Amino acid sequence: MALERDKHTAQRALLTLHEAQLLELYRRMVLIRQFEEKTAEMYARGKITGFCHLYAGEEAVAVGAIYALYDKDYVVSTYREHGHCLAKGADPKVVMAELFGKVTGISKGRGGSMHLFDQDLRFMGGYAIVGGGLPIATGLGLSVQYNEGPEVVCCFFGDGALPQGAFHESLNMASLWKLPVVFVCENNFYGMGTLVQNAICQEELYRFAQPYKMPGVRVDGMDVLEVYGATMEAVARAREGDGPSLIEAVTYRFRGHSMSDPVEYRSKREERIWQERDPIKNLRRKLTVERHVAEGRLGEIEAEVARQIDDAVKFADESPEPSVEELGKGVYAGS
Amino acid sequence: MARISYREALNAALREELDRDERVFIMGEEVGYFGGAFKVTDGLLAVYGEKRVRDTPISELTIVGAGVGAAMGGLKPVVELMTINFGLLAMDQIVNHAAKIHYMFGGKATVPIVIRAPQGGGHQLGAQHSQSLEAYFLHCPGLRVVIPATPADAKGLLKTAIRQTDPVIFLEHESLYGVKGEVPEDNDFLVPFGQAAVLREGKDVTIVAYSKCVYDALSAAEALENAGIDAEVIDLRTLNPLDIQTVVASIKKTGKAIVAYEGWRTGGAGAEIASRIYEAAFDDLDAPVERVASLDTPMPYNAKLEHAVLPSAGDIVKVAEQMM
Ligand SMILES: Cc1ncc(C[n+]2csc(CCOP(=O)(O)OP(=O)(O)O)c2C)c(N)n1
Ligand SMILES: [Mg+2]
Repeated sequence: MALERDKHTAQRALLTLHEAQLLELYRRMVLIRQFEEKTAEMYARGKITGFCHLYAGEEAVAVGAIYALYDKDYVVSTYREHGHCLAKGADPKVVMAELFGKVTGISKGRGGSMHLFDQDLRFMGGYAIVGGGLPIATGLGLSVQYNEGPEVVCCFFGDGALPQGAFHESLNMASLWKLPVVFVCENNFYGMGTLVQNAICQEELYRFAQPYKMPGVRVDGMDVLEVYGATMEAVARAREGDGPSLIEAVTYRFRGHSMSDPVEYRSKREERIWQERDPIKNLRRKLTVERHVAEGRLGEIEAEVARQIDDAVKFADESPEPSVEELGKGVYAGS
Repeated sequence: MARISYREALNAALREELDRDERVFIMGEEVGYFGGAFKVTDGLLAVYGEKRVRDTPISELTIVGAGVGAAMGGLKPVVELMTINFGLLAMDQIVNHAAKIHYMFGGKATVPIVIRAPQGGGHQLGAQHSQSLEAYFLHCPGLRVVIPATPADAKGLLKTAIRQTDPVIFLEHESLYGVKGEVPEDNDFLVPFGQAAVLREGKDVTIVAYSKCVYDALSAAEALENAGIDAEVIDLRTLNPLDIQTVVASIKKTGKAIVAYEGWRTGGAGAEIASRIYEAAFDDLDAPVERVASLDTPMPYNAKLEHAVLPSAGDIVKVAEQMM
């Protein structure tokens, strides 16, 4: 049932969004894809080190969900958060600089790939403890409710967070107090190399909404419009004061868990099937066939993004490293 | 000044800060309708309502995590953990999140949360309800660790904790709630972090303590006086920041130091304090720094055994006499 309704909302979004809005969705997805491809290249060249988890393949989830938010709404994410941060409006320059460990980075080179943050963008952080962001999102929701504010909190996490206590505690608390939180589970079938069905007894993850008395839907996470449509509904509900929702976006990461993962636990055939469902190609097809957008217009967007990414790399490369003398500062506020 | 209990002093601090700042709110298990497991928040719900005195489900990880999120969202949560033993379920949010967020996000986020928790033994509550865990938090950069012994400090330090911007672990000793003392009624009575208090002056030995052991140290000092030993007693009041200068100044005079604390002897705060003393005052010491602490066992239920595990005034006296 949920699936049919969401196909319907996706179709409606395709028909009702202005062309400029659809192109913006396209631009953001392309931005993330190109950013991640460049990140992989820079990692291979040793410019980026440490843990680094790419979002390629999953762009429709971050872009679709975040496009349903206002600027003042909060986003909380995981260690696989380059996409969410860019979709929320971060300048690729400062994100790339962070991956390079530079002082000009979004977290001053102290965070790295897994810990992007920008208070002004209300991008409230990438957290590298599986499930760790959910209680924080719940608390942000509490702060909004406390201040009788209009904001909504959108919290992204992987399927791997479902067996965590933090997930269950947070859904219970958010529902109990009717907090304005939209929980978005990115079900990409794997937590590292472990299949969802080997990690949790109920593999239809959206069904965890029901015991916590909130709406739960499963959407095609390779279709940005479907994610957008479902998130619009959840956001409207949260803003009305009717409480949280759970969205399970079924998606696929095109690359390994992290840059060091040789991906030996899944078949090439499976990967090909999902690559055919590429969310960017998916939107491109809809735009050109159903909205008659010229191929050339999309090409322009891609070229413009490519320039932006090149600038980001140049900026990151030329930026200075943080000074060792300053490293003890900022452990405490005002220090 | 009013003569009130440690519990009442904490309650007064909470009331004053709730009155002072709309952003301050309390949340935790049983803080509202029950009035707090140790009655510290007694009467607050009736005055401030459910929004500002919020009962939570038994979900320590998310109670603290939601406090962290609420703090990032601009509020000033005072979270009560029913006891520090249960706080262990929240270690991820305390250590991996609250303590890291300011630094790891380049200084742009702050987490002004106060996490209050009773701790300590002495009531025959057995192994899972009697721990003193300040060392766990002292170990972690990014947290402030506050541990008052007197009613006045309980009030003044809690108010300071609520007004500042870093995550604070505020540890209260379960045996101290009924202790009475003079407490300033001034709404702006604040006790600064990082200033130890010299509670008794002496020239022969320095007893460094905090929390309940401060009282053991004071009784030990009295007993020692009869034996002709003049002990100085220092209450650290906060472990992070740690005021080692006051301790060192005392040792310059006495040449001897005993650290008394209720955590386990091994890896306890006393080890850190002793190290700092050696680093700063090695040449002033006439004897090795001694530790009087809990024995390294889980807490037994039997009263005689529990008594034997916990540090006492008698233990301090014995050690001091041996040092002379
Ligand atoms: C509490 C915790 N346990 C284990 C890990 C190690 N770890 C990092 S990512 C990961 C898999 C998480 O999978 P999922 O939530 O599905 O997210 P995905 O990587 O698929 O986006 C694991 C086990 C961790 N970071 N945190
Ligand atoms: Mg996954």
